[in-house]
Amino acid sequence: MEDIRPMSNLLWIIPVAPLAGAVLNGLLALIYSGREKGPNERLVSLIGCAAPLLSFAVVVRLFMAMRGMAAEARIFESTLFTWIAAGPVQIDFAYWVDALSMTMLLVVTGVGSLIHIYSTGYMHGDRGFARFFSYLNLFMFAMLTLVMAKNLPLLFVGWEGVGLCSYLLIGFWYKDIANAAAGKKAFIVNRVGDFAFLIGMFILFMVTMNLGNATLDVPELRAMAAVHHEAFAKVAVAACILLFIGACGKSAQIPLYVWLPDAMAGPTPVSALIHAATMVTAGVYMIARLNFVYEMAPAASAVVAVVGAATAIFAASIGFAQRDIKKVLAYSTVSQLGYMFLAVGVGAYAAGVFHLVTHAFFKACLFLGAGSVIHGLSGEQDMFRMGQLSKHMKTTWLTFLISAIAIAGIPPLAGFFSKDEILWSVFNAHVGPAWLPRVLWVVGLATAGMTAFYVFRAVFLTFHGKDNVSHEAKHHLHESPPAMTMPLIVLAAGAAVVGCLGVPAAIGGSNIFHHWLEPVFAGHAGGHGVGVGMGASHGAVTIAAAAESHGSAQLEIILMIVSVVVATAGILFARLLYVQMPGAAAAFTTRLGGFYTLVFNKYYIDELYERAIVRPGYAIADKLMFRLIDAGIIEGIVNGLGITARLFGASFRLLQSGVVRTYAFFMLMGFLYLVYELVR
Amino acid sequence: MGEVTLNHYLYLSAILFFIGAFGVLFRQNLLVILMSVELMLNAVNLSFIAFARHSAGTMDGHVIAFFVMALAAAEAGIGLAILVMLFRNRTTVQAGDLTLMRD
Amino acid sequence: MAILFYLFAALAVLGGLLMVSLRNPLSGAFSLILSLVSLAGLFAMLQAEFVFILQVLVYAGAIMVLIIFTIMLLNLNKDELAEPPVGWMRLIFTALVCAVAAFGAIRVFGDITPVQMEPAPDFGSIEGVGRLMLSDFLYPFEVISLILLVAVVGVVLLAKKVI
Repeated sequence: MEDIRPMSNLLWIIPVAPLAGAVLNGLLALIYSGREKGPNERLVSLIGCAAPLLSFAVVVRLFMAMRGMAAEARIFESTLFTWIAAGPVQIDFAYWVDALSMTMLLVVTGVGSLIHIYSTGYMHGDRGFARFFSYLNLFMFAMLTLVMAKNLPLLFVGWEGVGLCSYLLIGFWYKDIANAAAGKKAFIVNRVGDFAFLIGMFILFMVTMNLGNATLDVPELRAMAAVHHEAFAKVAVAACILLFIGACGKSAQIPLYVWLPDAMAGPTPVSALIHAATMVTAGVYMIARLNFVYEMAPAASAVVAVVGAATAIFAASIGFAQRDIKKVLAYSTVSQLGYMFLAVGVGAYAAGVFHLVTHAFFKACLFLGAGSVIHGLSGEQDMFRMGQLSKHMKTTWLTFLISAIAIAGIPPLAGFFSKDEILWSVFNAHVGPAWLPRVLWVVGLATAGMTAFYVFRAVFLTFHGKDNVSHEAKHHLHESPPAMTMPLIVLAAGAAVVGCLGVPAAIGGSNIFHHWLEPVFAGHAGGHGVGVGMGASHGAVTIAAAAESHGSAQLEIILMIVSVVVATAGILFARLLYVQMPGAAAAFTTRLGGFYTLVFNKYYIDELYERAIVRPGYAIADKLMFRLIDAGIIEGIVNGLGITARLFGASFRLLQSGVVRTYAFFMLMGFLYLVYELVR
Repeated sequence: MGEVTLNHYLYLSAILFFIGAFGVLFRQNLLVILMSVELMLNAVNLSFIAFARHSAGTMDGHVIAFFVMALAAAEAGIGLAILVMLFRNRTTVQAGDLTLMRD
Repeated sequence: MAILFYLFAALAVLGGLLMVSLRNPLSGAFSLILSLVSLAGLFAMLQAEFVFILQVLVYAGAIMVLIIFTIMLLNLNKDELAEPPVGWMRLIFTALVCAVAAFGAIRVFGDITPVQMEPAPDFGSIEGVGRLMLSDFLYPFEVISLILLVAVVGVVLLAKKVI
């Protein structure tokens, strides 16, 4: 495996295969668009699933090759063509795959393929079957472009592309206007973030331009940042915060998270793929990619951590009161993303990415399981109308349960290891004022408990507890077809097992995952990638290399036990409320009264946005932009031109009187003028 | 009184020309208009003859004056024919009454 | 010599002015004849004998007779001759423009230094004109004859009662 060039030549297959699938299925959908029935589902499924599977196969092949390479040389790159060549700037359509990208690629193509297979079962019978797969493949293309991009503009292309596909897929059943509105909301909120992202990108570009080498290539940026430390450090805070706002939009953090719960209007596979495993993690990926800039701006990193933690606990609290099973999972996603941002905010990039990977498994499994439940109940989504489904849908129940245990953070399932690594990193972090890391750790711990509670609340309400299933739904109640249950099993297995990759040194593991990602997150030219998390650079966050020492190892184990206890308490509390004393929950909510209503209505944040932002925006667009500027000024100018032309014509018309002698008169005048000119 | 030079003839020619132009523009009777045009042509003729005399001895001016006269004759003939036709149809020779093009 | 010039000039201008101001076109025609004959005199003074004869014969003779024929033919009575008054504005405007033209004339004519020379003995003779016409001016000569032909045909056609 020495000569990597032939391997790099395969890179283009990874995004292009789904693109081809999208085009083919799109054409099929178009051709059949006027007819009653869509194209043959078998054919569409074949095309739609073959594409991501092909990408997955190529990714695995490249991964095998990468493992055989030396740690520092684990890079595949390939330039397809020059996209923009303007003066000093050249931006190529270039791919660059290192260990981090490879990790993301495995997740995106692997989980993506499984969800494609699941969708063949879930979307069976839908008139828009082909259109769905076309959009889904298109999304894969955009996401893969984002992950594999060598430079920031290309990343942004993928960034926008996933936003577009998200809009298309959320509003998939567009005939219901509420779905279309949800899609619109997602896109617009994303756009707000994108604006900040662009400005951040421009700032970085400006710095490189002033240094003489205008570029937005990530490897080049990294090299330049290492050399021209002061120039970058000056703008780092601004750029990082702006980029983070972009990440907030894409990854649904405060204050731009409002689109994610509404996005549940889309089909469940969409929620699983886009809003759990892949698109929403783009923000985390971006920050991990640009870790060298965040290192130079500890203030910005602190902001990231704080916002992440706040979002985590905030969203978890909303999850307590939701009735719709998908909404619970949506807020859970927001909360877990908060964890990831908390991790990268304190410099534990590897931990954040590890949680990203484990979250992809168990959250996708949870969503697909919810989809299976909804499918089996013919569309019911309210948990208070479910119950005792464990008897009727065994596979769904088991996989859901496994994933729930994983997300709650119970060892030895995956969620425990990733969440714990984050909490440990936060505990030891040096970010912001001295008390901040401890506060963040407490918040993280509390959120862990809350997560365990609301997830198991969902489990108990759905699969155990009182049987509230309606009569009609009972008739059709059945376990889902193999196309749907197989991916569930695979994902649940992953959720159970993936944790082995990140077993920390303290309890005897070797933390393979962290070592795999080390070259990416090593510090500046020196590369002090020791211990858990970031390398050293002045003022930046450093997780003590003292993790090696035994004293801290004991502390680590203690903290682990604490978090397990908290999680278990959450599970038991949920069991208490929803299984053993069914009436207790209702009594509890009435006692909380107003506070409960507040939480149930998501703290009225959407209503706040509506009042403060949407309505004034609408008023400006209508009164100012439309009435005044568009209809008034611009149309006035255009009409004015017409009126002026008409006036000119009218006045000149007077010359054409029809009286010939007047013409003779004018001729004489003209002649005299000519004479005058001649003799001057 | 002094020498009668070329300039005298030219001034006279100009005066006659403008008198004719005045007649064309400000009189309504078609016959008067026609005659004013003849006056203008004559003024130009005078100018040509004067130049021929006071130039290098060639008689080009005479020839041109000859041509002008021939053309004036043709034009007068046709103009009068038109005028007669007009009078037959409209029984008027006032230019102000002929408003077909204006209306 | 100069007196003759001024006499003929005055007569010509007088004839012109009368023509454009008199109401009756017949009177105007006679004034025009006066003007044309004076001009013929001026031609003679400029040693253009042939043109002088032509002016008297063709212009004052044939063309003006034709015009007088037509005036008589139309047989206009007094009311038909009435004309609306001239607009003052146009008059003033025209006068202004003519002033400008006068200025131009003075500029031009003031600069011309005529060539003073004694012309050849046969200057202005028929032979001279004929020679020129059949050599340098052959083409216009032929065209003029065509034009006259066309004019004759046209007049005959126009004057018919039924075409």
